[in-house]
Amino acid sequence: MDYGTESRMIRKEFTVRNKLGLHARAAAKIVQTSSQFQSSILIIKNGREADAKSMLDIMTLSCPQGTRIELCAEGKDAAEALTALAALFDNKFGEE
Amino acid sequence: MPPGNARMIVKGIGVSPGIAIGKAYRVDRDRVSLVYYYLPSPAETEKEKKRFDAAVDKTEADLKEIKSKIAGEFPEHGFILDTHIYMLRDRMLYDQTSRFIEEQGINAEWALRQAVENAQLIFAKIEDEYIRSRISDVDYVAERVFENLTGQNRRSVAGIKERVIIVAQDLSPADTLQLQVEKTLGFVTDMGGKTSHTAIITRSLDIPAVVGLENVYQAVRSGELMVVDGYAGRVIIDPDEELLNYYYERQFQLDNYRKEVARCAELPAETEDGYTIKIQANIELLEEVVAVIDNGAEGVGLYRTEYLYLNLDAPPDEETLFWDYREVAEIIYPEMVTIRTLDLGADKVPTRMREWGETNPALGLRSIRLCLQEDELFRSQLRAILRVSGITKNIRIMFPMISGLGELHAAKDILNQVKQSLIQESIEVDQNLQVGIMIEVPSAVAVADLLANEVDFFSIGTNDLVQYALAIDRVNENVAHLYEPLHPAILRMVKQAADAGRLAGIPVSLCGELAAEPLYAPILLGFELDSLSMNPMAVPRIKKIIRNANLEESKVYLQEVLQLSTASKVNEYLCNLAWRRFREDFELFEDEMGRLPAVNGNPQ
Repeated sequence: MDYGTESRMIRKEFTVRNKLGLHARAAAKIVQTSSQFQSSILIIKNGREADAKSMLDIMTLSCPQGTRIELCAEGKDAAEALTALAALFDNKFGEE
Repeated sequence: MPPGNARMIVKGIGVSPGIAIGKAYRVDRDRVSLVYYYLPSPAETEKEKKRFDAAVDKTEADLKEIKSKIAGEFPEHGFILDTHIYMLRDRMLYDQTSRFIEEQGINAEWALRQAVENAQLIFAKIEDEYIRSRISDVDYVAERVFENLTGQNRRSVAGIKERVIIVAQDLSPADTLQLQVEKTLGFVTDMGGKTSHTAIITRSLDIPAVVGLENVYQAVRSGELMVVDGYAGRVIIDPDEELLNYYYERQFQLDNYRKEVARCAELPAETEDGYTIKIQANIELLEEVVAVIDNGAEGVGLYRTEYLYLNLDAPPDEETLFWDYREVAEIIYPEMVTIRTLDLGADKVPTRMREWGETNPALGLRSIRLCLQEDELFRSQLRAILRVSGITKNIRIMFPMISGLGELHAAKDILNQVKQSLIQESIEVDQNLQVGIMIEVPSAVAVADLLANEVDFFSIGTNDLVQYALAIDRVNENVAHLYEPLHPAILRMVKQAADAGRLAGIPVSLCGELAAEPLYAPILLGFELDSLSMNPMAVPRIKKIIRNANLEESKVYLQEVLQLSTASKVNEYLCNLAWRRFREDFELFEDEMGRLPAVNGNPQ
């Protein structure tokens, strides 16, 4: 699919499936991945937002296993960013 | 207490098992002293921000260097340092500090201190205890930046020359990782608990460690001889020769025993006279299946399914449940997985149910009662379980908290309806699926004979049975001492349920903390149960004790125990039995030995 080059906003819902939730290690992986993209990326839980490029923001959003969150990316590479983040969520951040 | 004397013996929390004997090495980690001031002129702010940047750069370089040094040895720990590196540049710390310097005209130390304090306030409000405790990582990172800002450097743990026991007030993960394993015999700190990074790291490095000692750091001198007993959570400073010899001997024997138990974990629990009892695992999370297999458990005797329902605004959907159960079932195959249906209290269930509010949740709308009322919730879980059963054929289903036939019939009716509707949808269901119940409400024990005719198996849940039978809420500290699993009433109830099951020809299992207690294994065997289910870590040792036991003897022990009138007499009997008959499995474990009465040859 061609998204063109103009700035756009994309949203996608996820469930946190790894055992410890979005704790330090998972948060670090989100930051690592998000920081590779120019888009601004938010993690939204019950209307509260966290910057996906800030570890402490993500950790203090407090998302234990089972939490449903929404990722919202805005920018030229928003689609690629969400694809990369989706892969992280899908393989439970590489945890056992 | 062991024989002999010492200058000092301190009790803490044993977080990594094993015994270490060696010289103390104190690692200083006093906080750097900070000076706060306003910048003399606005022109200074740019300079101050650059000074802060330089300190952050230096800290990042330091952390990366530690990480590269340890990468080969402990790759799995490198991530802790990665998280610290990200925190360093996090907007909550980095951007805020820069802004405070600029807006308030204050020095970098003061600005960073404010940013850290803000983070502390935010973390303090977090409900999740694990995440809340991670504020310590923010502190460690900030502390390193402060060091680089002020040029004050603490003594590093990296320069240690001989094999020592590290003594510290507290160590950051970076400090802990810099320990050279080959030079570290043991590890003790004043701070810390079971889940601190240092606990996790020392466990994975297999270094004996005791934490939470409060003021050992002040009390010990570098070079002093000390013993770290990671089993009993005890630290001994300057022991005399008698005590030292005792610990050398203990170190040797415990290491041998541990190796022996681990080596034989795969062997079945078959008694000397040829009776085999299945030893299974209780799990709560998919991730625990690894421990089930590693510890030689023969399947999952209790899969608690509450976890996926907690902390959610809505119950999980059927697909989520299906994949979770399926993964567990496939990994455990060909052994069986007993899935217990939802055992939640109304206080833990999301959405509107919370509003019901109950004054006495233990006796309220919970578990199977809640499921029977919240029909949809129950049906979606049953559908997920049944769908998996059709694919893997190694599932058993178990209803919790059944108090009598009425509830059992109601639950089975719903199960059958769900089964029929799946069949109509052409979805395969295991036709031989076994359906059993937990025996954990005293009324179920009283009518166990009636229930046994209508189910495929029993699983005696001792945790709740003790609580309901003795009317003790064990979380209530005013009555917790009355929580007596060995109360004669409990033993009689277990016997009644086990006998009823055997008479009806159905398998009977026992799950609950009782099953994991090595001291109780000899008499539990006497009930002639089909399986015991316990936390996976407890499996290898229970198996070993049973292999040393004998069914005919155990039946006699049980008969004798059933004649005793109080829990303390039962306990005394079991301690004596352990000492007399199973000495090799108990004599090394002082925490269990603490319960032994003084008898000949007992080191107490």
